[in-house]
Amino acid sequence: MVDLKALRAEMDKRYKVIEISEQRTDLAFLECDKIDVPDAVAYLRDHEGYVHLSFITCVDRLEDEQFEIVYMLRNHEKKHDLGVKTKIDRKNPVMDSMHNHWAAVATYQRELREMFGIEFPGSPGVNRPFALESWAGPPPMRRDFDTRKYSEETYFPRPGRETHDPAEHMKKTQYPGRADL
Amino acid sequence: MPDREKFPVHTGGVENFDLESGRYMKVWQGPQHPGVTGNMALELVTSGDEIVDLKTHVGYLHRGFEKLMERRKWIQNFPLVCRICVPEPDFNEYLYAAATEELAGIEIPERAVWIRTLNLEMARLTSFLMWLGGQAGAFGMGTIGQWTVTMRDFMLDLFEELTGGRIYHMYIVPGGVRGDVPQGWFSHVLTTLKNVEKVLDDIELVLFNNAVFKKRAVGLGVITPDMVDYYGITGPNARASGVARDIRKDRSYLIYDKLDFDIITGISIGVDSDIFGRTRLRAAEMRQSISLIRQMIDKMPEGPVHVSPPNVLHWKIPAGETYLSAECTRGEYGYYIVSDGSDKPRRVYVRGPSYTHAVALFEHMAPGTNIADTAGLMVSLHTYPPEIER
Repeated sequence: MVDLKALRAEMDKRYKVIEISEQRTDLAFLECDKIDVPDAVAYLRDHEGYVHLSFITCVDRLEDEQFEIVYMLRNHEKKHDLGVKTKIDRKNPVMDSMHNHWAAVATYQRELREMFGIEFPGSPGVNRPFALESWAGPPPMRRDFDTRKYSEETYFPRPGRETHDPAEHMKKTQYPGRADL
Repeated sequence: MPDREKFPVHTGGVENFDLESGRYMKVWQGPQHPGVTGNMALELVTSGDEIVDLKTHVGYLHRGFEKLMERRKWIQNFPLVCRICVPEPDFNEYLYAAATEELAGIEIPERAVWIRTLNLEMARLTSFLMWLGGQAGAFGMGTIGQWTVTMRDFMLDLFEELTGGRIYHMYIVPGGVRGDVPQGWFSHVLTTLKNVEKVLDDIELVLFNNAVFKKRAVGLGVITPDMVDYYGITGPNARASGVARDIRKDRSYLIYDKLDFDIITGISIGVDSDIFGRTRLRAAEMRQSISLIRQMIDKMPEGPVHVSPPNVLHWKIPAGETYLSAECTRGEYGYYIVSDGSDKPRRVYVRGPSYTHAVALFEHMAPGTNIADTAGLMVSLHTYPPEIER
């Protein structure tokens, strides 16, 4: 068990903590200022026992014009997961690199740059493609990337192929004459 | 220790190998190579037959699962998630189902929890059987691969009887499991387990006393305990180095707290954390899995196995976010799910253990080893590429 109030008090002494919320007894989320995140994560790793990095990922908050980056840490002794979150500007997505903290961070940052277009200056090999070699389109995991429009513009349609709206097609083929559907 | 003079200085993650000098040669292993698990390419720079640099290239199996899941309703993602990891799809099903249940506030019946655990342990055994054959095959013992794949097929028969599907089961659904256990199925499981145990005895005799396997696997690919946190190593790879971490014990999800088992580490079974030790540890975990399945069949409670969620076609899940993890055969498998209150997930992130093992760790471990050992080393980390690129 982790005393979140004590953790918050310790964090407040050093960094600007915006919010801390508990999802389960073994999972909490902590929101920090962008500028504080690398130090806060290093503090949590070195002094609070969150030695294991589970993953780094990003949530596209398109309507707020923000990206939310999540660093999921685990404390094995207290059996507790802590997600450190921060919001960055979507129009100028730059985040401090943390590749010195854990070995896998450079890979996560490479993937985030490719999938969301977030820059991590100084991260080793961050400009190399990860899963999408020779991809020329926009970062595909952004919510405003329209997969259908992209494929219609990029690829030519195969002749003799029809597409149907699934609901209408089912009504016509499976339940003909049913007005109540 | 490798001859350090062969290794050029790395600056800022960029290496400059003078391929014209005649000292180095670039070799591509994969994406289609029998020694590489799944479709993944290894870009090797060799000096003689020694590897001086390795880069992992993924993307050959990228099917855009995470993007697809954002465009589909919660229930429509079920046939999708199991395809992220082919040899053990059940962990995906369980984690996705459990995370949506947590966000939607659904409690599932007790018997469903037991059957889920049973299903996961059987998936673990099945996946380990396939892996064991691959590990022996990477060192030239193809016969063992034939034995284990036969046994895996008998396990798949059990899955077929239970769920109707051999590889992808789509059995663990929100609200419980899709149907109750068929009549007589438990006795079929027990018979198959007996056969698996017999074959496991043979394999241990043949593999762990084989001079070639011992000579090649002992001392190769050592993971030390201080590497575990820095490289994000989980699962048997971490436990072989003596670090006792098992999410089944740590989080005690499902019914693992009601079962009698201990964390198996390299220290508890007296092996080193090289390829040989990791193989022994995984063989021990297979026996542990068999014991867990037997315990569950003994104590299985009666009752309903499913509660109906609301109309799944109009199912809206309250806004929130959660992260659930489970111990799969390779380590920490996790789902991070964000809901914005609509009928589709806002974001689903899949954390596969191979992400750290196959890229950061493997790129660190390979330099200094022999080119013939790459396949064995890679299989010993137990990596599956689809969960890297998702």
